Amino acid sequence: MSIPNQSKISAQHVNVWYGAKQAIADVSLDFGQDHVTALIGPSGCGKSTFLRTLNRMNDTIAGAKVEGDITLDGENIYSPDMDVVQLRARVGMVFQKPNPFPKSIFENVAYGPRIHGLAANKPQLAEIVEKSLRRAGLWDEVKDRLTESGTALSGGQQQRLCIARAIAVDPEVILMDEPCSALDPIATAKIEELIHELKGRYAIVIVTHNMQQAARVSQRTAFFHLGTLVEYGATSDIFTNPRQERTKDYITGRYG
Amino acid sequence: MLALFLVIAGLGLIGWLTARLRAVSFRRGSTARFSSLPSHFGGYVALWTVLPAALFLCVWSATSPALVTDRVLHDPAAAQLPPQGFNRAAILSEARSLASGNSFGAFNPLSKKLAPAYAAAQTRNDWIGAAIALLLSFATGGFAYTRVRPDFRARTKIERLMMAGLLAASLIAILTTMGIVASLLFESWRFFNIVPIGDFLFGTHWSPQVIDPADPGKTLGAVPLFWGTFFIGAVIAMLVAIPFGLMSAVYLTQYATPTARRWMKPILEVLAGVPTVVYGYFAALTVAPAVRDFAVSIGITWASSESALAAGLVMGVMIIPFVSSMADDSLAAVPDAMRDGSLAMGATASETIQRVLLPAALPGVVGGVLLAVSRAVGETMIVVMAASGVATLTLNPFASATTVTKQIVDLLTGEAEFDSPKTLAAFALGLTLFIITLLLNIVALTVVKRYREAYE
Repeated sequence: MSIPNQSKISAQHVNVWYGAKQAIADVSLDFGQDHVTALIGPSGCGKSTFLRTLNRMNDTIAGAKVEGDITLDGENIYSPDMDVVQLRARVGMVFQKPNPFPKSIFENVAYGPRIHGLAANKPQLAEIVEKSLRRAGLWDEVKDRLTESGTALSGGQQQRLCIARAIAVDPEVILMDEPCSALDPIATAKIEELIHELKGRYAIVIVTHNMQQAARVSQRTAFFHLGTLVEYGATSDIFTNPRQERTKDYITGRYG
Repeated sequence: MLALFLVIAGLGLIGWLTARLRAVSFRRGSTARFSSLPSHFGGYVALWTVLPAALFLCVWSATSPALVTDRVLHDPAAAQLPPQGFNRAAILSEARSLASGNSFGAFNPLSKKLAPAYAAAQTRNDWIGAAIALLLSFATGGFAYTRVRPDFRARTKIERLMMAGLLAASLIAILTTMGIVASLLFESWRFFNIVPIGDFLFGTHWSPQVIDPADPGKTLGAVPLFWGTFFIGAVIAMLVAIPFGLMSAVYLTQYATPTARRWMKPILEVLAGVPTVVYGYFAALTVAPAVRDFAVSIGITWASSESALAAGLVMGVMIIPFVSSMADDSLAAVPDAMRDGSLAMGATASETIQRVLLPAALPGVVGGVLLAVSRAVGETMIVVMAASGVATLTLNPFASATTVTKQIVDLLTGEAEFDSPKTLAAFALGLTLFIITLLLNIVALTVVKRYREAYE
């Protein structure tokens, strides 16, 4: 079920096990460069697990095993030659619960550039921080208190700070794991607006269990159920004209 | 006495059985629901039968010796007793041993004369006590039995009694602590009546063996002890314990495979359970000579065989598991989301630890270190065995140094009278140590608590 649009990431026959339990079974999916792709499905269907295979975050879970090919610009990210540090700089991630570091707002955004040595000097670093905060739509709210702790911000601001943090290392792909599930509707609207603005500059993959959100922000939607990919296609098709019975049942609220 | 307790316990059992029978009989034939089961009624009556009598016996056995002695003093033979002081007490105590049959000879003829009077008074008192206890048992048990009625809530009463018992248990610990503090304060007050507090706290000369009665404060300046305690417990020991404890915690929480963790953590915890006297042997027999040889080999020929370094090193090793487990807890309390956030930015595990996990866990680690310091300065056995008795104000780890706890032990061993400034100094030292560790613990627990709240 690939979609022929300069695919940025291509996953072929991916299987994931947690110990003896198989979490993902034979999933093949391509993600387009200019698209926001939504992964939807009921809780426990494996959509977050699949997302975490794309930047090898499953490596940090003891007992997790990944099989199959996942390529970023044609490069196999699970090959022994792949530097995980570089991979994660190219494929950024935003988590379900905002997780700013217990540092100042400035230091939160500067974290990635410092690790990857992206700034030659202080003014350059400050420039990267400002640019990232502007892109995340947070600059005007925090420009006068960059030295305050990132954890003192509101939940929605924290999540945008995390997005700014991910943007700061200039990634090619941003993975978002239910980024709004801990936020109120107003903060959610701001994040969705931000996703619209980021589209095109970064390939975005977003996991959500909110179907309206998937419909609002994405151009491509993949429906997962019980660890398998049931249907993948243009978002408008999935929501108005699903080919699979299971997809139809899910989006009409029959289960999930 | 034992027989009496058995009789009262028997009465309690009878009370339990009869009350239970009565409760069963009024439940029979009735379909009403009762708030209490027969066993509650039984328990209620049994407790009322046993507890007041047992409490009385406890009080009685505490006051009885005084009453007995008082009676003996009215005996005509007691008129020959010396009026006050050590001899009088010795004779009375000898007479008491003779009367109870625990002793077969006596140094003092007078105690032989007093022994019969003692025995008589003792027997009389025992009978009075037993009679009152039995009467009390019957009275309170009988009263409880009359309350065994269908509408009586024995269950609630027992519950309340349980609560009272638990409260009493916790109060005993608190009251004991307060008693200890009070006795420390009292003895220290006596000390400070002889030695000016300023001399003690700020004097730099400590040699309690030679006290000038005219100016006892001159040789009881505790600064060298405080310095030695700080140097050994807070500097040398922490230089060992903090890095090793912290690094082992980082390894165990971040790098170790579950299998390695399952093996290494218990072994580390065993280290915490080693009796400190064993560390003391190790320090005195192995580490101290090795340290001295090392010092001599690098040219410090005067190095002490009871150096501050030897005691401090071993104390540090003793504290490692403590620091490690506190740091382990603090690191584990940092949410996984922090770690994931950093790893997802492309940071390596060690970058994540240095830049995110340790800073986030720092308050907890600091609190743990303060608790460890408080344990180290209060530690006695290692320094008793390995540290020197000579109080010197020195920065040299190869020189001999002594600690507060070591000096307390030295001051209280031997045959000094209990009201000389030398002995009383031990209490003043104990009080100072107590206040310091108390403050350390309060600060440490506040820090740790505030830190825990930050992530909950």
